[in-house]
Amino acid sequence: MLWIAQRASAAVLALCVAVHLATVIYAVQGGLSAAEILARTRGNAAGFAFYSLFVLAVTVHAPIGLRSVLIEWLGWRGRSRDLFLLIFAAALAWMGMRAAVGVFA
Amino acid sequence: MKKESSYWVFMVHRVSGIALAAFLPLHFWVLGNALQLDSFLAWTEQPLVKLGEWAIVLALAAHLGGGLRVLALEFLPWRDWQKGLAAAAAALALAVGLALALAL
Repeated sequence: MLWIAQRASAAVLALCVAVHLATVIYAVQGGLSAAEILARTRGNAAGFAFYSLFVLAVTVHAPIGLRSVLIEWLGWRGRSRDLFLLIFAAALAWMGMRAAVGVFA
Repeated sequence: MKKESSYWVFMVHRVSGIALAAFLPLHFWVLGNALQLDSFLAWTEQPLVKLGEWAIVLALAAHLGGGLRVLALEFLPWRDWQKGLAAAAAALALAVGLALALAL
């Protein structure tokens, strides 16, 4: 289950990250200002939908990836690890959606 | 001891993943405070912060390249492509890193 979730979220993220990297490289040319960014993003429904999907995929992908690291490098097993990862996932989802709303809504 | 190229690709994938997991909450926090963005953007003009930005974008590109390699190895039938895919992943990461370095 986790294996499939990690691969499925990876496939979504591959597309999201490629688009995000291209956007970042395009956007930083000539410097950044908050007004300039927000003028382009505020009210952009497609941008909001895209980054909501991005946040959802990251919320699935990052905790599962960290789980392997915690097991293999720290030997952290049991319920405390899973509780930590659940809190991490919830924090990513909440902060990520707060960011998407802040930039696009 | 000489390690296989696939070992180094694995290590880059893992370390870049850890870096991204640590960076994301900070990234989201800053974007969530969008109205105070200009004071933050002024802070990011420092050379060390620029270097950090470049490193995290490189980590993202490297993690993407390494992840595409994993997906290809697991879901595509051929195996002889391993070295070619490792090289392609490294090339993609470097290309994005160079592009950002030029753009900054």
